[in-house]
Amino acid sequence: MLNNLNSFLQALYRRNSPAFFSFVFLLLLYFTALFADFISPYPYDVQFRHYPYCPPTSINFIDEKGHFHLRPFVYGYKLVDPVEKSYTVDYSKKYPIYFFVKGEPHYLLGFIKTTYHLFGVKGEGHLFLLGTDRLGRDIFSRLLYGTRISLTVGLVGVFISFSIALIVGSLAGYFGGIVDTLIMRLVEVLMAFPAFYLMLALRAMFPVNMPSVLVFIIIVAILSLIGWASLSRVIRSMALSIRENDYVKAAKVLGGSSLYIILKHIIPNTFSYVIIAATLAVPGYILGEAALSLIGLGVQEPFPSWGNMLSEAENVNVLTSHPWVLAPGIAISAVIVAFNLLGDGLRDYFDVKLER
Amino acid sequence: MLKYVLKRLLQMVPLVIGMTFISFLIIKLAPGDYFSQLELNPSISRETIEELKKLYGLDQNLLVQYFKWLVNALQFKLGYSFAYHKPVISLIKERLVNTLELTLTSFIFSWLIAVPLGIVAGVYRGKLLDRLITFFSLFGISVPNFFLAFIFMYFAAKTGLFPIGGVVSQNYQSLSLAGKVLDRLWHMAVPLSVLVIGSIAGLLRLVRSVIIDELQKDYVKVAVAKGLPYKTVVLKHAFRNALNPFLTLIGFDIAGLLSGAALVEIITAWPGMGRLMFEAVMSQDIFVVMASLYIGGIMLVLGNLIADLLIAINDPRVREREVEGKIAK
Repeated sequence: MLNNLNSFLQALYRRNSPAFFSFVFLLLLYFTALFADFISPYPYDVQFRHYPYCPPTSINFIDEKGHFHLRPFVYGYKLVDPVEKSYTVDYSKKYPIYFFVKGEPHYLLGFIKTTYHLFGVKGEGHLFLLGTDRLGRDIFSRLLYGTRISLTVGLVGVFISFSIALIVGSLAGYFGGIVDTLIMRLVEVLMAFPAFYLMLALRAMFPVNMPSVLVFIIIVAILSLIGWASLSRVIRSMALSIRENDYVKAAKVLGGSSLYIILKHIIPNTFSYVIIAATLAVPGYILGEAALSLIGLGVQEPFPSWGNMLSEAENVNVLTSHPWVLAPGIAISAVIVAFNLLGDGLRDYFDVKLER
Repeated sequence: MLKYVLKRLLQMVPLVIGMTFISFLIIKLAPGDYFSQLELNPSISRETIEELKKLYGLDQNLLVQYFKWLVNALQFKLGYSFAYHKPVISLIKERLVNTLELTLTSFIFSWLIAVPLGIVAGVYRGKLLDRLITFFSLFGISVPNFFLAFIFMYFAAKTGLFPIGGVVSQNYQSLSLAGKVLDRLWHMAVPLSVLVIGSIAGLLRLVRSVIIDELQKDYVKVAVAKGLPYKTVVLKHAFRNALNPFLTLIGFDIAGLLSGAALVEIITAWPGMGRLMFEAVMSQDIFVVMASLYIGGIMLVLGNLIADLLIAINDPRVREREVEGKIAK
């Protein structure tokens, strides 16, 4: 298994290095999602009420007198205008950045209680790498926690909708006839809706305010329900051509049941296509969740998702005076670029021609 | 050709029935009976509620209700918006105009820009110009349009060059015709540029790949060999043959005219259909949700129909295959 992975990565690197680097980048992000409590300097819901909309604290190696320090440090920030939320740098206070700093307690992996964070500053200082939001919560930490939502929505959603599409598509293609007609009509009906409107309408079936876990499940369900239709069409046409192969006929003659043939012959033959299509489909789910959360119908506060963090930017005044609230947008764009590049790379690797 | 059109129209019937049935079901499954909620509202008279109940036959079973709704919906009687105190259809008409104004303009701009750029990129494949253009398009398809909208809003607000929100200026009525057009363009600058950049990126990639495919074909070599200027070869021969996939795309664009801009509308406060739908979902204004879904679906089906017809007009092989069941070889 590890050997396979190794040779796959090497081949990917040789053929298409952007895809390789995207793969590494995404792996790192998933790692971050797993250990977000530890890597982020602060928990997602800690509010520094005295620092609303604090600008990103710059990391310095050279102090105000021009002396070089090997250990980077940050200056203290002081709120001078609570209405305009403007800050001045307090050059008299220096806080060096350390690894493994004691801070707020958290549960690593859900059950190991610890107070250590990967990095941070000690004492009165604050380390806001990407500034803070209106409640004085550290945007960088929230961004790291947000990977949990944004990255799992893509994977889980794709997994569900692709499972449905594989089963339904291969059934329709294998049996043909009335099964095929019925399923394909249903698919056509689903595809006759504008996706965003359907998403909103389905969301309207549930109350606006619900527990976050429930909202997350509902969002995944909605996105999967919309997403499986177009893919099952492709799987169906692949199944149509696969069932004409001699080995399928041989399996039939030998008495293989329909279920056996679908599981052993039809579905495995669509895999290389499915893997590529899945990779290229993930951004759609990430965007779907972000869009819903952005307009307030998705993951609710205080839980951070890249979408609901961006909703602060909807206020033009906030946007213009505190542009760092846009950070989650950059994160979303980067992840989408990575998935697109990886998908392109996999296409090269499997050498499949996709019809898009 | 007539046969083909008829066949397509017939195929639409089950689609529209299925689509309307699903929109109807969604509304039925929404929590609570919306009339019981309305009865609590003192601003709505009992008569209005009784009238509506009778109009939609809410005392009968689900299928009867559906058919009543369908008959009404087919005549575009779409109910009453309680948030706006207006019939839904007049509300939608207002918003539809705004949305179409925005999306049609973006449609025109993006095609006018993307096609020449795509041809240039395809012809100068691999050169610096091509690399610049493709880099731009990778950027355009990867940056989500809501993020782009925020960035443009930021610049619009910082520089104060463009307004955010609103469709026309206050002195709109006193402007000349050219002034009116410019005023509208000025107001839609932010959402428009977001939409245009987003759709240029995708279009451009397609135009480029189609042109590259065509330029590798034998007839292009013959045309070059017999001494035609390269410009003529590209524009008169390759481009015309490349039109087919473009027509499919035009159809998609038409289908998306109504719903494609929804999120950008919501963010940039453009009073269009998308924003209406969003507000309706937020205030549980259920007739408006249903009607928007219905109208959006109809537009999508019509758009696909137009795309198919355009292709059939352009390519006789398609109509033969569809009508007579022939398989084109």
